[in-house]
Amino acid sequence: MSILVLAEHHDGHLAGSTASVVAAARQIVDSSGGDIDLLLAGEDVGAIAEQAARLDGVARVRVADHAVYAHQLAEPLADLLVALADDYSHVLASSSTIGKNVLPRLAALKDVAQLSDVLDVVSADTFKRPIYAGNAIATVQSSDALKVITVRTTAFDAVGENNSAPVEAVATVADNALSTFVGEELAQSERPELGGAQVVISGGRGMGNGENFQLLDGIADKLGAAIGASRAAVDAGFVSNDMQVGQTGKIVAPELYIAVGISGAIQHLAGMKDSKVIVAINKDDEAPIFQVADYGLVGDLFQILPELEQAL
Amino acid sequence: MKILVAVKRVIDYNVKIRVKADHSDVDLTNVKMAMNPFCEIAVEEAVRLKESGEVTEIVVVTVGPKAAQEQLRTALALGADRAIHVETDARVDSLAVAKLLKSVIDDEQPGLTILGKQAIDTDNNQTGQMLAALTGLGQGTFASKVDVKDGTVDVTREIDGGLQTVSLTLPAVVTTDLRLNEPRYAKLPDIMKAKKKPLDTKTPEELGVDIASWVSLVQVETPAERKGGIKVGSVDELVDKLKNEAKVIA
Repeated sequence: MSILVLAEHHDGHLAGSTASVVAAARQIVDSSGGDIDLLLAGEDVGAIAEQAARLDGVARVRVADHAVYAHQLAEPLADLLVALADDYSHVLASSSTIGKNVLPRLAALKDVAQLSDVLDVVSADTFKRPIYAGNAIATVQSSDALKVITVRTTAFDAVGENNSAPVEAVATVADNALSTFVGEELAQSERPELGGAQVVISGGRGMGNGENFQLLDGIADKLGAAIGASRAAVDAGFVSNDMQVGQTGKIVAPELYIAVGISGAIQHLAGMKDSKVIVAINKDDEAPIFQVADYGLVGDLFQILPELEQAL
Repeated sequence: MKILVAVKRVIDYNVKIRVKADHSDVDLTNVKMAMNPFCEIAVEEAVRLKESGEVTEIVVVTVGPKAAQEQLRTALALGADRAIHVETDARVDSLAVAKLLKSVIDDEQPGLTILGKQAIDTDNNQTGQMLAALTGLGQGTFASKVDVKDGTVDVTREIDGGLQTVSLTLPAVVTTDLRLNEPRYAKLPDIMKAKKKPLDTKTPEELGVDIASWVSLVQVETPAERKGGIKVGSVDELVDKLKNEAKVIA
């Protein structure tokens, strides 16, 4: 049987995470055989289809190009996936806010379970996923005829882009009387996307207020880093929720993670403990963040941050 | 308008979990339990909608063991009018819970249903979406703002990269994100009053719902512990280590 991967796109570009979902799909077909198809749904997505066709391991790109799919809303996307799913043994998507919105809806419509945030493929029906904020890893086995899976993309290395898969149109047009797109406010930033950045610098409650987050800007500029935050900093209203790293925010695994003024609650560690190198800067030398940090620096962040920016 | 709020009993937010020695599951013996934090936000939102006059009755529902009635009583103390307990000791997955909640919706016909986006035990983030699918309703997941209008609801959603607002035809299903509101604490007199509010108990069999799951839990492990490293004495030492030892910056 074959696998259908739901491609994700933003602003006319294929999301980088899609290449990691294909990587997870490849591990499944390595053990069970079958093809990997990519489903691209949106409006005027022709250029994105060309990007998608380059992903290694993809047998064909199926394109549903229609206004009803314009904002990747859950109701029409789930209906589209239901119409296509019978040809597949697995449907995969990134565990992004799109994947998490759409795939449970698909699973329920097909009367099957959904597996969230899969970080390891054991076999075609057995997977590992984090529970309790990543403080335990569950191995789960599904005997459902259709496996519907969201993938933790930081756990899979993206496939290459040396392919030229055929692109085919899908004629199915879903009917959506349930939801209407009203508007969007997207953070405009020159910085890399938090989920895919090589370097992430995050601030916590110790930053004191939202204005002080500017102290991270210069360092982020020098390192080409994305800026994140702990839930405490979001709760305190310092910064917006799309910057949140942790159990209920984004999961990151960069080469370098710098935690500034973050104590290290388990909910935050859940979002960053797979980073390759962790640096912690905190005035409290007993802070739990130091237990996971490769390099800890105890001191006043308001002195350390300008010094660090200078030294880089 | 009647509103339905679904809540879940989970391990307390602050408890550090232990995996059982036989790796069959997480050990919840004698562990402090509480209402899932995102469910608290859902209850709070319902109470605010009632306070602002958009909602006339709040019905709170949970699926779980006998002890989950504690969480229903908490919701009643916070302002819910009556409670429904779907009692089962079985391990119910998100699809089974969604099926049970669907049968409650069929019975109660609420104008709006609110759930937490995710429970902090299984971290699934599925039940609200599945419930919307099974009832054929629109879904406003990860809500940071809920604006009830005439026959529709505008939901502002926390999405990767920012916010998205969708308008849903009512009835609809909403799941809460962190910034939707800040839940209040229950006051002692309200906790006393909550003991007298109506609480109905039903079973999955009475609701005619099959809660069997086709997913089995094979084993549960503790993840590899990350070892702490060293403390450095200065910014210069830190930069030197990052450049020359870890080699993560140029």
